[in-house]
Amino acid sequence: MSPPLVEVSAISRSYAMRSGMFGRSTAVHAVDGVSLTIAKGETLGLVGESGSGKSTTGRIVLGLEPPDKGEVRFQGKPMAAAGTAAWRAQRARMQMIFQDPLGALDRRLPVATQIREPLDIHGLGTPAEREDRVRELLRAVELTPAHGARYPGALSGGQRQRIVLARALATKPDFLVCDEPVSALDVSIQAQVVNLLAGLQAQLGLTLLFISHDLRVVRQISNVVAVMYLGRIVEIGSADDLFARPEHPYTQALVSASPAPGRRSAGRIVLSGDPPNPAARPSGCAFHPRCPRAIARCASEVPALAAVGGNRQVACHLVAGAATRDAA
Amino acid sequence: MPQLVSIAGLSVAFSGVPVLRGVDLTLEKGEALGLVGESGSGKSVTWLGALGLLPRHAQVSGSVRLEGREILGASAAELDRVRGGRIAMIFQDPASALNPVLTIRKQLCEALALHRDLQGNAVKAEARRLLDLVGIPDAARRLEAYPHEFSGGQVQRIMIAMALAGNPDLLIADEPTTALDATIQAQILELLSTVRRELGMAMVLISHDLGVVAENCDRVAVMYAGRIVEQAPSNQLFADPVHPYAQGLIGALPPLDGPRRRLVAIPGTVPDPAHMPSGCAFAPRCTLAAEPCGLAAPSLAPIAADRSVACIRAEASRRALLGVAAE
Repeated sequence: MSPPLVEVSAISRSYAMRSGMFGRSTAVHAVDGVSLTIAKGETLGLVGESGSGKSTTGRIVLGLEPPDKGEVRFQGKPMAAAGTAAWRAQRARMQMIFQDPLGALDRRLPVATQIREPLDIHGLGTPAEREDRVRELLRAVELTPAHGARYPGALSGGQRQRIVLARALATKPDFLVCDEPVSALDVSIQAQVVNLLAGLQAQLGLTLLFISHDLRVVRQISNVVAVMYLGRIVEIGSADDLFARPEHPYTQALVSASPAPGRRSAGRIVLSGDPPNPAARPSGCAFHPRCPRAIARCASEVPALAAVGGNRQVACHLVAGAATRDAA
Repeated sequence: MPQLVSIAGLSVAFSGVPVLRGVDLTLEKGEALGLVGESGSGKSVTWLGALGLLPRHAQVSGSVRLEGREILGASAAELDRVRGGRIAMIFQDPASALNPVLTIRKQLCEALALHRDLQGNAVKAEARRLLDLVGIPDAARRLEAYPHEFSGGQVQRIMIAMALAGNPDLLIADEPTTALDATIQAQILELLSTVRRELGMAMVLISHDLGVVAENCDRVAVMYAGRIVEQAPSNQLFADPVHPYAQGLIGALPPLDGPRRRLVAIPGTVPDPAHMPSGCAFAPRCTLAAEPCGLAAPSLAPIAADRSVACIRAEASRRALLGVAAE
């Protein structure tokens, strides 16, 4: 196996939140001890509901936010301190794509100019080479130079996301963090962008961290999938069998809640209760108040992520592999 | 079966630009109909237009009958009895549909006072019963809470309670779970189907999510560019879609199990309503398009009992699908 391009070890991040104007501030643990490795050329999918900390994880991995604890290593080296020249050079190698392409683009600049901007900022190539590169990038995302002359307002949602992708690829990055890149797109356009992303990944050897709440899209594009719940990874395993044989009760509920054409809702697990509030994290296993199988131990003891065979790891007291490992 | 609502030739244009181009749809009592399509296909406009909820500059024509009575262009007084009383609607963003400075009790009681002949304590008791019905715990106390004190899923439950206040015969749910997390979406869909079964209410579920529609509806209509292109019982539509667009929508959905394959994306984008292609609106994106497709827009024609499709290449399309399946 190739050495990991990105290694995330036990990162945590909390924010201070004040309840009301004069209330006491409480710590919200957005991300709590998350460790991940992403091999070169592979895709790690990160799924979870809102407030699970998946976006914060993405931002920390990219160095947009410092972790309180833990460390992110890129190609074996720790991230350079923000604002330094070394950091800027490293940032050209890693890029981010957000959900809302219109918000990520400047409405008053032709899109070709925006694709060119990273080249100007990082001083890559002569002006003529930059023009060539912009044309090449537009072609790579299956658009024409005529599209490049337009403003974001004159493009469709799918085309805008292609422009954002072209801009992210301008500096020839090794690593892309995609935060819900296709969630705002219609199904048919979503498939176009997913196919394009998969094609570009194979062609350019890109490594991806793909964040989404959509299990189908994540499975389609990922090699490994991690499921997050309230700032922690509860299950991680290969994309092919994680959703086919989910072990953690939360993953089971998520898979069961994902509706499928041609299947009636019989036997669906409907979780009771509201989505968890990161500011009031339950004791023990954070999922226990909603878990249909919770036992007394779940309320007091935080389950650790443990291997259960294959490359699957699960954080649950009730999953066989984890229990035997504890007993041993 | 008695027809509850029948829509014929419903068309809507915004400042001269047609967005809905002749929709025919019928709904039986107690039936659950799904309406799928991409953004801009006219799923929401169909019902906003039918209920007279569009802004004044929208030109609406055609016919909308509720148990035989024409309601398109009906007087304001008559529409007031229909909207909320006979046909209720819930929307995607429940938080913006509630008034943030009034308690839930005030807002629920307002809906009850408008649509039911209830007085004094009876109103409050009924409001409490509705909150119980939609699964809000501790209803009596929660009535005095403001919308911001509830989570997104609970606010959608409250919207459903308000929609039920008038004892409607038909509930139109416009993307009711799109803004919610997966596990909460499952809760709301379960609630909708329980309520529908208990009250014998008909429902139109508008969604871009094929899975949601497939699981919760008896019949599905697929819309594209302001027209219905295929109508079928849900199990048949998803097992054997006939219209190339319906096939494309289903092919574009990544599978959750089994081998991974490259997605079959529909090329191109939805046409601009102001520059609609002549003939079939889907022809420019269709792999099966032939010359006659550009000449005239195909009309919805029956291909089997309770199935209809608007495609002149329907036979070829069906063969193509079977050919692919035989490989």
